[in-house]
Formats: sequence, structure tokens, C-alpha cells
Amino acid sequence: MTALHELTLTAMRDGLRDGSFSARELTAHLLSRIEAAQPRLNAFITITADAALAAADAADARIRDGSARPLEGLPIAHKDIFCTDGIRTTCGSRMLEQFVPPYDATAVALLAGAGAIVLGKTNMDEFAMGSSNETSFFGDVHNPWREGLSPGGSSGGSAAAVSARLVGAATGTDTGGSIRQPAALCGITGLKPTYGRVSRFGMIAFASSLDQAGTLTRTAEDAALLLGAMSGLDPRDSTSVDAPVDDYVAALDAPLEGMRIGLVQEFMGEGLDADYAVTVRAALAEFEARGATLVDVSLGNIGLSVPTYYVVAPAECSSNLSRFDGIRFGHRADNPSDLEDLYRRSRGEGFGAEVKRRIMTGTYVLSAGYYDAYYLQAQKVRRLISADFARAFEDVDLVVGPTTPTLAFGLGEKTDDPITMYLNDIYTIGANLAGLPAMSVPCGFVNGLPAGLQLVAPAFGEGRMLAAAHQYQQATDWHRQAPEGWS
Amino acid sequence: MSIGSDDIEKLAVLARLSFEGDELGDITDKLASIVAFVDQLGAADTASVTPMAHPLDQVQRLRADTPNADIDRARLQACSEATEDGLYLVPRVIE
Repeated sequence: MTALHELTLTAMRDGLRDGSFSARELTAHLLSRIEAAQPRLNAFITITADAALAAADAADARIRDGSARPLEGLPIAHKDIFCTDGIRTTCGSRMLEQFVPPYDATAVALLAGAGAIVLGKTNMDEFAMGSSNETSFFGDVHNPWREGLSPGGSSGGSAAAVSARLVGAATGTDTGGSIRQPAALCGITGLKPTYGRVSRFGMIAFASSLDQAGTLTRTAEDAALLLGAMSGLDPRDSTSVDAPVDDYVAALDAPLEGMRIGLVQEFMGEGLDADYAVTVRAALAEFEARGATLVDVSLGNIGLSVPTYYVVAPAECSSNLSRFDGIRFGHRADNPSDLEDLYRRSRGEGFGAEVKRRIMTGTYVLSAGYYDAYYLQAQKVRRLISADFARAFEDVDLVVGPTTPTLAFGLGEKTDDPITMYLNDIYTIGANLAGLPAMSVPCGFVNGLPAGLQLVAPAFGEGRMLAAAHQYQQATDWHRQAPEGWS
Repeated sequence: MSIGSDDIEKLAVLARLSFEGDELGDITDKLASIVAFVDQLGAADTASVTPMAHPLDQVQRLRADTPNADIDRARLQACSEATEDGLYLVPRVIE
């Protein structure tokens, strides 16, 4: 029999339902792997073993009495950006080191309501600001494919945990690539839905016009299972969208035949690792072999996506993070001389260097005299980038390309130069600026490290995109490869 | 444009942040390089372009302004380090 940790989320569900194993057996097995992996990977900030085992017993009872819910007994982890009632939620920051929320994020509540079991909260870049998981107050996460390399970020702990087979799936958030980039670097499947598809209530805000919750899983089929349970209108999030949630699992069987796929020319040139480009072209040949038509598309303004993002996101972050004042929650400085000193030292001590850089950048681009030149101009360029995608989708069903310009890089390699780090997200940021659903699927290896293929769909085209990824995964086994020592 | 230590102090006051020791030189250098990087946006021709504030161009959905029982003050204030009788404690601001 396949080891329990090797099962996909869908296979875990089937095994629980047919009585091949119990939720307690599955949960206990994965908890023991998490404990053993923690000194090597540091993928978790908080492990919720007792609560998980109690939930597993309750799940077993439901399965026995025939009242199992869609995700009953399935072991997952949440990125530590999602508020969890009674469970510490740090957002990777000293600011929230002791913060215990009094409520659940809607995504957390929906998954719990569907029967999923939370094994813990995963490590992440502080306030989701980073592309390497190195800005976390709780230490670096290591890539299971090669310790000493970054798993990517900001959802690096979630990606490492799924890749190392510590959980069946994990949640993440994606503001500029924070699900797709770590998914690519860790050899798993990562999906960022359409902006507004999943509620942002209880998801600690970074950049409100860009943030979106999504999934990190081994397969597209698992992503479909999880996304269906997380999505939908939430009256508590005024930006969540009132659009019907498709049956993503039922949509998986749609064939690639007749589908038109556009390869973004700007993503295949300078800056892309040459061997990475070869794996992407080989993956696209597989799509063609299964009946898809591949054409070239151009996104003429996409070269400005990174500077646009690094105006819009810091501007929104400087506003959102003003709530951390040292008074109502979060770190509070000792012996303040006055209120101003309390604010400045609480924030100065509570935030790390990258978060402070982004707050300062945001304050600068929003300040008098600079607003038009930076913030307003970035909002205009954002529309140009969005219009480029809209034009491309007049001709194709999906646009595709590499997820990242390089493979996993060394911890400490890019920390001295923020611009070099920011350029990691050069292929992923466009989908956030345009609010589009996008995902990364494993598409091969270069020197033993995984590469990712990115698919981007029109708004609310998650079903079609998942089907394309699923059909590709039926023909390939890149997504089944486990890092050495973790299978 | 160049960013000097005076600009950094002004921004730090606006952002309610403190920087200690080596942090000040680091933020001055790195903010200057970030601003130089985003300066390339100025070259884009956006004369007839409407700014995009929402990725799907949706308007804010409103709900009825009615009270509800969502907020449990005691549980919310348990997150704070200093409260008393349902109030937050801060340094004296009025002598």
C-alpha cells in the first residue's frame, strides 16, 4: 500500500471514505512527519497537534455514522496570515508574535465547515512581503528539494510542507506571486484565484486591491477540491464577488482539444534561465500533442509590471499596516515617553527591515508632491497592463509561460539587493495587477530542481484553467516527483 | 530624485516608524534604489488612460447600517497589552 503521506488530497479523501485508514491514523502519521521535519525545514510557526487529533476523532465519528462532509478528515495547514480563532496568528512578524485572534478568517471557517483538519500554521515572509521566506521573524524555511535553498515566498512554509508531504494541502495568499512562485520552486501546484473569488475577511491585509487567498496542493485535482470549498460571496468582505462558484472538480474532464493557448513572448526572452525555457517549451509541446493550439501573444506593457507593483503594493501596505499602533493589539514598546514615541517605537521594534522599507516606499509615493508622479501614474499603467491581457484573451483561452525566471536560489543570495529580489516575481505580478486567476504546475527539472509552468485565465476562468492543468498532469508525472528523503 | 537623511526623517515621522543605528543608512540607500527603479514608470504614455483602482472595476458593495452582535469587546481587548474597564490605556496626552 502507498504510504499515507504519499497520497494526494483526493486519494486521502477516497481512502478515508472507504475505510482504508482512519482520520486519526492519517493525522497522527503526518504530525509525526511535521515534528521530524521541523528542525530541517522550519515550515511551521505553530503546530496544533492536540486540536488536530481531537478533530480527527470527530471526523472518524462522522465518517462512521454517514454524515461526512466534502473534506471530512483531510489534513491541511494554513498560512499564518489567516486568523484562526484561539490559535496564535503571527503573520511571520514580531509585531504579532503573541497575537491570538478572537475569530476565524472566512476561508478558515469554510474549510473547517467542510471537514478539513488543521495541523498547524505555516511559516511565511513577514506580512507576506518577500519572495524567499527570509523576512520571517521565525527564521528561514528550507526548500525540501535542497536544504540551503529558498522555498520561495511569501507562502514558503505552505509550499515546503506540501512538497515534503507533511500535509495533504495548504492555503496561501498571493499578492504578486506568493502562491505561484513558491509552488514552482518547490515542485507543486499553486493556484491564485480571480480577485474577489475567495473572501479576504480575516486574512491579514497587505495590499487590498491585489491580495487573494488560494491553494498549494500536489495536483490540479486537489486544487479544484479545495478551491470549491473556499470560494464564494462573503458579506464580511465588500470586495468578495457575487458570482456563482463553479463545480471545479466536475470541470476537470474538459479536454485540451480545441483550446487556444498563448505563449507570452516577453516572458521567454532575456532574464529567463535557458534550461528553464527548454522545460517550458517541452511542456507546451505536450499541450499541443493533446490537441491544444499554441500561438504567440504579446503583453506590450508587461515590462512595467514590477515597478507598477512596487508603487501600488507599498502604497496600500503603508495604509493597511497603520492599524498596528502598539495599542489595540500587537507589539507594544516599553516605557513610552508619549503617544508618538509609543507609536514609533512599537512599530520600529515590531516590524522587520523589509516591511519598514515597504511602508516607507508607500508613504513616499503617496506623499504630497509625489502622488501624481508615482501612485496615479502606476494606476494608469496598471490599466494598460490589464488591457494587454484583455486583448490577448480575445484570441486565446489561456496565456502561459514560465512561473519564475530562475530555479530555487540560495538562502542569503539575494537579500542585500531588494530590486533583484523583487524581479523574482516578474512573470507573476501581471495576473495580480489585472485580477486574473493564475496557477503554476510542475513542468520538469533542471539540475535536480523543479521548474513551473504558469497558466493565466480570464476572470472567473478557474474551471477551464484547472481542466487544462489536470489534463496536462494526466499526461506527465512531474507533479508526482517527491524530493529525495521526503517520499 | 535623490533621497537624503532629511527626507527619511520626514517620511519616518509620517509613517510613525523609528529607525535605530545602522537601520538609518540602510533604509536611505535602499529607498533611493527603489525610487530610482520605479521612476521608469514616468516614461509610459498614459495621457488618455483612466487610473485603475480595482482590478475588476467593481464598485464597493454596501450593506445596511445596522448594529450586530459580531464584536465581543472582552475577547477583542484580550489582544491588547494594556486595557482597563473596557478602555485602552495609552500615555497621558492631556496634562
